[in-house]
Amino acid sequence: MPLFFAYLSVTAALISALAASVGNRRIELQRLFHLLLQRWPETLSRLDVVFSEKHYAKKHRDSLFVLLGLSGLFALLAGVWILAGTATITDTLPLGLPWLHWHVRLDPLSGFFFCVLGLPLIAVSLYGPGYIREFERGKHSLTVLGLFTGLFVAGMELVLLADDAFFFMIAWELMSVASYFLVVFQHEHAANRKAGFLYLLMAVIGAISIILAFGVIAGFGGGLTFDAMRDTGLSPAWASIAFVLALIGFGMKAGLVPLHAWLPEAHPVAPSHISALMSGVMLKIAIYGFIRFSFDLLDQIHWQWGVVVLIIGSATALLGILYALQQPNLKRLLAYSSVENVGIIFMALGLALIFLSTGQKELGSLGLVAALLHCLNHALFKSLLFLGAGAILHQTHEHSLENMGGLIHRMPKLSAIFLVGTLSIAALPPLNGFVSEWLIFQTALQAGGLESGVLRSLIPTASAMLALTSALAATCFVKLYGVAFLGLPRSQHVAHAREAHHQGMLYGPALLAGCCILFGVFPTPLINAIAGLTEQLTGFALPNISALGWLWLTPISPETAAYAPPLVLLGAVAVGWLCYYWLYQRKGMEPRRAEPWDCGFGGLNARMQYTSGSFSMPIRRIFSPIFNARETLEEHKSGPAKTRVTSLRYQFNVPDLALLMLYEPAGHTVLRFARWAGGMQTGNIRTYLAYSFFTLIFLLWVIS
Amino acid sequence: MAWLLAILETLLFIATAPLLAGWIKLVKCRLQNRKAPSVLQPYRDLRKLYVKQPIIPHSASWIFRYAPYIVFSATVLAAAFVPLVAVNLPTSRIADVIVLVGFFALARTFLVLAGMDIGTAFGGMGSSREMTISSLAEPAMLMAVFTLAMSAHTTDLSQAINYVLNTGLVLRPSFVFALGGLMLVTVAETGRIPVDNPATHLELTMIHEAMILEYSGRWLALIEWASQIKLMLYGVLIANIFFPWGIAQELSLSALGLGVAMIALKLAVLGVILVLSEVLFAKMRIFRVQDYLSFAYLLSVLGMLSHIILEAARVHH
Repeated sequence: MPLFFAYLSVTAALISALAASVGNRRIELQRLFHLLLQRWPETLSRLDVVFSEKHYAKKHRDSLFVLLGLSGLFALLAGVWILAGTATITDTLPLGLPWLHWHVRLDPLSGFFFCVLGLPLIAVSLYGPGYIREFERGKHSLTVLGLFTGLFVAGMELVLLADDAFFFMIAWELMSVASYFLVVFQHEHAANRKAGFLYLLMAVIGAISIILAFGVIAGFGGGLTFDAMRDTGLSPAWASIAFVLALIGFGMKAGLVPLHAWLPEAHPVAPSHISALMSGVMLKIAIYGFIRFSFDLLDQIHWQWGVVVLIIGSATALLGILYALQQPNLKRLLAYSSVENVGIIFMALGLALIFLSTGQKELGSLGLVAALLHCLNHALFKSLLFLGAGAILHQTHEHSLENMGGLIHRMPKLSAIFLVGTLSIAALPPLNGFVSEWLIFQTALQAGGLESGVLRSLIPTASAMLALTSALAATCFVKLYGVAFLGLPRSQHVAHAREAHHQGMLYGPALLAGCCILFGVFPTPLINAIAGLTEQLTGFALPNISALGWLWLTPISPETAAYAPPLVLLGAVAVGWLCYYWLYQRKGMEPRRAEPWDCGFGGLNARMQYTSGSFSMPIRRIFSPIFNARETLEEHKSGPAKTRVTSLRYQFNVPDLALLMLYEPAGHTVLRFARWAGGMQTGNIRTYLAYSFFTLIFLLWVIS
Repeated sequence: MAWLLAILETLLFIATAPLLAGWIKLVKCRLQNRKAPSVLQPYRDLRKLYVKQPIIPHSASWIFRYAPYIVFSATVLAAAFVPLVAVNLPTSRIADVIVLVGFFALARTFLVLAGMDIGTAFGGMGSSREMTISSLAEPAMLMAVFTLAMSAHTTDLSQAINYVLNTGLVLRPSFVFALGGLMLVTVAETGRIPVDNPATHLELTMIHEAMILEYSGRWLALIEWASQIKLMLYGVLIANIFFPWGIAQELSLSALGLGVAMIALKLAVLGVILVLSEVLFAKMRIFRVQDYLSFAYLLSVLGMLSHIILEAARVHH
């Protein structure tokens, strides 16, 4: 039954793609339906209303998102069902190669990721109809957008269902290529085309790496099905090679440092609801691939892998948030923060690998639970933030934080929803982001039981990095919220912004905000479900996770650590209400409105506020060795001795070091090699004849 | 009974926080050869602010109005988690030390947002500086408490204090480092000299005061009270984690009485140490604070590493 829902979900996404691709042929469709439904004239007359010119565009647009929403709903149903039962369902589809049909498998791990996909997809389907209205009048065809959105979603779902390497790669490529077309949707901007090319290139390199990783296992084992791969006993050296290839391939997609540089280019330029799906969901599919490969397919885990993953994860988390802090572009900031969160997830996975390989299976399971929980949490709040950013973009056509401000007065509902996302991603209690980071800290703090002194000191150092990262993340998102929503508006169109009139644009993010609060306050049932699935992967359960009852979260034991978010929230609400009640409603003491303090000079204006760049200036200065920031200060002076400064112009630009030190040199090398190889093409017929001659001789020598 | 006691303890915490602030001011004035106000002066200040009419800037949104309540309740809740006179109270089980740090961060976030809400240069300046300092101070604090957590195998404060009490007076290098780190963080996080000066209203040097510049009346009272509670919280953390002797382990009247007397004594001594550092050092310039905080971070990490290398190894062999 869950598998049936999963199939329904894929089918709904594919129908949505189909509907988009035939949708602009209104007259033909109408004729087709007339042919099909000749016998039911009353249905036909109702259908004609739908196909009338006035209603058709809206109906068509809505139908695409209704189908996507159904896809999300079925995905969620399939996921929850399989998680509740912890059974594994397999199936074979009569598609694919003659000797290798597509193997399908739905187990709790893929079921969990179906949930991770389903919730944001439902939100996106609520949000989308309002958001894409503006593309309707523009020069971009909705056909392309709808077609590739459907294929993209179907691709992600098929990746989760795949149970052999061949099917997996087909689904993976479907997801990559469809998302490429979504990245370059607004292709009139050169930056978008460049980002799209970079994305496609990295996706191809990543895919090659994944194919090689599968190839290593398949080469030693019985075949391409995952079942055969599970039984393959690899030597430690070959297993490590396969692991590194998989880490590169999946890490490329997930955005691990130093391969991440395409991500902040590509994710922000897609339409916002696609950005939400790419950052919120597609990165998680890459993480799913990594978990499936290293925890499930490889039969032995070595602690060195964990060390590599932990170090790379820490670097990714810290660099991601440091770069995020310096971005003036709202969506780029969010994309860099996705890099940071992927880093945090990989840190937890690294801890899980280390603990599992050193025999501390229970702690390994806990690390895996923390990683999976953070996957879900990040999918929720990052989709929320991207959808919110899209709503701002939709209403103000403004990308840059430097021109925003005061939106809380103009868009009060959106700002309240966005605040929930901000607090969640800043990992503040009692919201969901805090729970997963708390679990990661709890896992890391158990490092004292390890034998190796190197590991015992490495893990606390990594947790120091995590502490720094989460403090910087709080700074980053406080800045974002403060600059965009609070203060005075910094430009005209932001000053006249209005709340989105399409209600779905608020309902979608609001749904995600509700989930953020729900999973923050009542995490225990969810964590129990995840613990059930990690038990299948690692063979070890977490017996004490709700030892004190469902109100408390006790990951290791009640004595070691306990956290009761519902009671915390209850306490906070009680105290807050008490002091509000005593202090707020005082008769005759209503607050008075007045001008803010301006040092007695008067004339405060919006340009005197701290901007995004000035807010993060101290951090830029403190971490200057990492940033390589390019700052310029132009002074225009006047007066007799050029002493009076009449205007100042400060600019800064923080280029990504990975782009400068890895991508560009690699690109140059490839170009140089291509030019060298291009020397063969002389354009002279005699040379080409010589080539053919020598090739023939070589071939004759080979066969003789 | 235990819950009632926990609530009473929290109330005691909230009620005596201004007293500690008054004590610090008194000692500081004495050391500077000035005539000191009464120890009860902070209570009078709070009362005066309470009866005054608050003023809201035109550009303020609901964040500005509600931030004081959120800041105050987050701080009060944090105070409820920390054992003051007795361990093993039920409130300490609700949340551990990481949640405590999270609640400090929550309070700070809303204070910073309120600072940015008005749209003046001061608010943004204070907010930017506060977040910069806290983003360096928070990891240092977490590392210091993690050192303790790894020694005691728990992040539950009550359990950790029990562990220290049970092992008796052992000189652990890790604790010395962690204590140093936590003391430096305390100075930074509570806005004292040499990081920030609570007495200044010189516009370009303020950090905390710049954020709350627009607050007045009862809202300012709430924020001031919250920062007094926060100062006392850090004091109690240092006193009870590193020198827990005298804290009540059972809930008898005499034990509780002794607990109250001991914590008062410890806080008084810590207050004198804080004042000494305030009198002896000058305020740093803002871009020196990073060095100060990296030093605190380094001390805490050293504490953690020395625990792992020196102490945990001993357990193994």
